[in-house]
Amino acid sequence: MCKECGCGLGGKITIGGHAHKPDHDHNHEHGHSHDHGHTHGHAHPRPHGPQTVTLQRSLLDKNDRLAQQNRGFFRAKKLLVLNVLSSPGSGKTTFIRETAARLAGQLRVGVIVGDLATDNDAARLRTAGIPVIQINTGTMCHLDAEMVARAAAQMNLDQVDILIIENVGNLVCPADYDLGEELRVVLLSVTEGEDKPLKYPPVFHSAQVAVITKSDMAVAAGFDRALALANLGRASHHATIFELSARTGEGMAPWLDYLAAALEKKRHASALESPSRLR
Amino acid sequence: MHELGIMETAVQMAVDTARAAGARRVLVLRLRIGTLSGVVPEALHFAFDVVCRGTPAEGATLLVETVPAAGWCPDCQAEYAGDDFFSECPRCQKLNGELRRGRELEISSVEIA
Repeated sequence: MCKECGCGLGGKITIGGHAHKPDHDHNHEHGHSHDHGHTHGHAHPRPHGPQTVTLQRSLLDKNDRLAQQNRGFFRAKKLLVLNVLSSPGSGKTTFIRETAARLAGQLRVGVIVGDLATDNDAARLRTAGIPVIQINTGTMCHLDAEMVARAAAQMNLDQVDILIIENVGNLVCPADYDLGEELRVVLLSVTEGEDKPLKYPPVFHSAQVAVITKSDMAVAAGFDRALALANLGRASHHATIFELSARTGEGMAPWLDYLAAALEKKRHASALESPSRLR
Repeated sequence: MHELGIMETAVQMAVDTARAAGARRVLVLRLRIGTLSGVVPEALHFAFDVVCRGTPAEGATLLVETVPAAGWCPDCQAEYAGDDFFSECPRCQKLNGELRRGRELEISSVEIA
């Protein structure tokens, strides 16, 4: 269940088509601390009565640990992983499809797409020849690290250079769930109001990349570009900002160059870490 | 609904801790909640009563420590108090700080018996 809105109660999550009940244990990740049935036949070092146990654990600890596992796995596969976030209808699917299509022949893109229901986004991407795994979250309003691990296991990642995770359209809850991505990319379309970054600061604050989408519609939408950039500058002041229209292709080139450079940098870093280089 | 999910996780952690230690009850649960975590302490207390019902934590006391938000200015190499995501550094008036504290959602300790 989501710590933000309490969604996910009684929901059913499906990945890539077949259903899993959420309570049904899958490869059951555990940092091993089952207390084995330790019968109390021996002397107790601890006095009975109240005792304080220090935990100092994040309430998102489980997701954070799984996300770190994903990150290690993705690094070993030399993948650049993106977590794409926005409100519903900001153009995530079109943006991802055009990114993959324009990189085709140069870099291979795989997509994991999350929605509460339907396979529509996956179908749109599949039609474009992009390998895609759909996660249906049921009632959950965000993807978590475990769902991503399960979906990633269904994709041949050796055939992929960049893995793009299209999160559920929502600017609130996904902000708190690390998926193990390298880059968090948040979209703001020109049709949805320049003050979104101020209304939903956590998600904009957590992003490394902010993309203004549907720039071809800016005039019709009466988009105040300067105001939007000022607001993005406040909420996402450390993010790299792009302005583009996936539909017309305007502004796509700098974004694609940025991705290629980020992948190159990542591969270089993993090569330096790999034992073969130390020999 | 917001706070219910957090409380479920926290109470589950407390009950698991009690069980692992062979204790029967959870007496006190201490949380650290940042002022920018998006969580309202009053709603947490309400959710706590609901979630504890029928568990070994029923009747336990919830203590919430509020963690004030703080930013770090990389230029001034100094920390500053900030009450939202957009606080600028009071020394250089720049908006390039990193949020250091304020998003905490932690269980700090439990008292069990």
